[in-house]
Amino acid sequence: MVPSSESPNNTELLERFREGQRTALARAISLVENTRPGFEDVLHAIHSDLGRATRVGITGPPGAGKSTLTTELANRFRARDERVGIVAVDPSSPFTGGALLGDRIRMNSLSTDPGIFIRSMATRGSLGGLATTSQEVADLLDAFGFDRVILETVGVGQSELDIAEGADTTVVVLVPESGDSIQAMKAGLMEVADVFVINKADRPGADRLARELEVMLHMRLGETQPAAAGHHGVSLRSVGRAARNRAQEAADESGGWAIPVLKSVANTGEGLDELVQTLDRHAVYLEVSGELSQRRHRRFIERTRAAVDRELKRLAWKVGSGEEILADALPELESGRESPYSVAARIVRELGVRPEANEGR
Amino acid sequence: MEERKIRVLVAKPGLDGHDRGAKVIASALRDAGMEVIYTGLHQTPEMIVSAAIQEDVDVVAMSILSGAHMTLFPRVRELLEQEGVDHVLITGGGIIPEEDIAELQKQGVGRLFGPGTTTSAAVEYIREWFAEHGRDREIVES
Repeated sequence: MVPSSESPNNTELLERFREGQRTALARAISLVENTRPGFEDVLHAIHSDLGRATRVGITGPPGAGKSTLTTELANRFRARDERVGIVAVDPSSPFTGGALLGDRIRMNSLSTDPGIFIRSMATRGSLGGLATTSQEVADLLDAFGFDRVILETVGVGQSELDIAEGADTTVVVLVPESGDSIQAMKAGLMEVADVFVINKADRPGADRLARELEVMLHMRLGETQPAAAGHHGVSLRSVGRAARNRAQEAADESGGWAIPVLKSVANTGEGLDELVQTLDRHAVYLEVSGELSQRRHRRFIERTRAAVDRELKRLAWKVGSGEEILADALPELESGRESPYSVAARIVRELGVRPEANEGR
Repeated sequence: MEERKIRVLVAKPGLDGHDRGAKVIASALRDAGMEVIYTGLHQTPEMIVSAAIQEDVDVVAMSILSGAHMTLFPRVRELLEQEGVDHVLITGGGIIPEEDIAELQKQGVGRLFGPGTTTSAAVEYIREWFAEHGRDREIVES
């Protein structure tokens, strides 16, 4: 990878990209998504235009209403004259590699608005809830001039948490029926939320789930159970309220962020204004607390590491003689004269890296 | 590492609610390893073209049962052309008389499939078209 040598094709593409042509944006996204030769040049070229867009991640279990919520959010951002880019991710079949990307079905009201750009992505084997290159696609939307980028993940369980890395603000969308699985989710999904939204809150169980969440968040702050009376003596309602108040106080004192639990009915737009206000508040918090630049630093570090990994892989297997060495060594591997580890060491040595440097690990 | 999938937009224009055919074809294309963007019902040509551009698809497949095919296919083709998009196959299916199919193909629309077509015929047609005309086709997985 030599980021300075833009191929003539990409130069033209970048020119059209900077002129604001949507076909060029779409093309650049495909280039990156398919990691076509030269995609790193394009990402390099747009890097100085990054950082203007606010990135909102929408995640949650399947059927929670993420697409509808995303649409309603986009409508409200549009009403404030913000331009909105949306990356909507759906799973690829691990068997055929095919994918049915259906998030646009819920976004039809946005589809001809020139201030909106929606791109559907298939996970293509990535297990983190986003596609491998979703964050880079968000970069392209950012550099193209969108004020907001909304990243919508696949329906997730507990461990698909790439979104936390990719978004400035992560919204975890749950439904009243999620209540039973909260305990199981505690470890993963629940830890990445900056904001909780209980969608479909017109169904029974929403209030109970809200209280459970607040108690759980409160416990995570490390305080003892408030008003820890006997096990029949406390109503969850008062515990929840106390938890909320105390979390807010603690957050106010320390300049931190008390994770809010909101309720919405995305179909009717109920609760959406409050969500927008909360996102605004969180954006201010990120800025003031310095958290935003920390998150962006982490993103740069991760991105650089990923690029190095990708390049090393390419050097070993595509440019270098890794495949040949491996193929030649197969008889020795079978006979036991060589092991996968000795062969790997030889392949790495070919790269000009001394594997001994790793011995400290 | 490079990966190229055939991307297909499956759209159902018109005011009727008969989307079974569109859904069946969308599933068949997915099962054939393609990435299918399904837009749902009631799409206008403008919506279809806007989605096709944003999604950078190779193929736009429309299911038309309403009799409006002589308007809808040419309109989509025209709008794509206006946007400078010339690498996209426009194909589809529905209740379309033979002479209309011939006329549409003369105007640059691809093959159109009538009732009784097997899904594998559509899959094969798209694969063959892509192998011959698709953009960046050299790195598509076989």
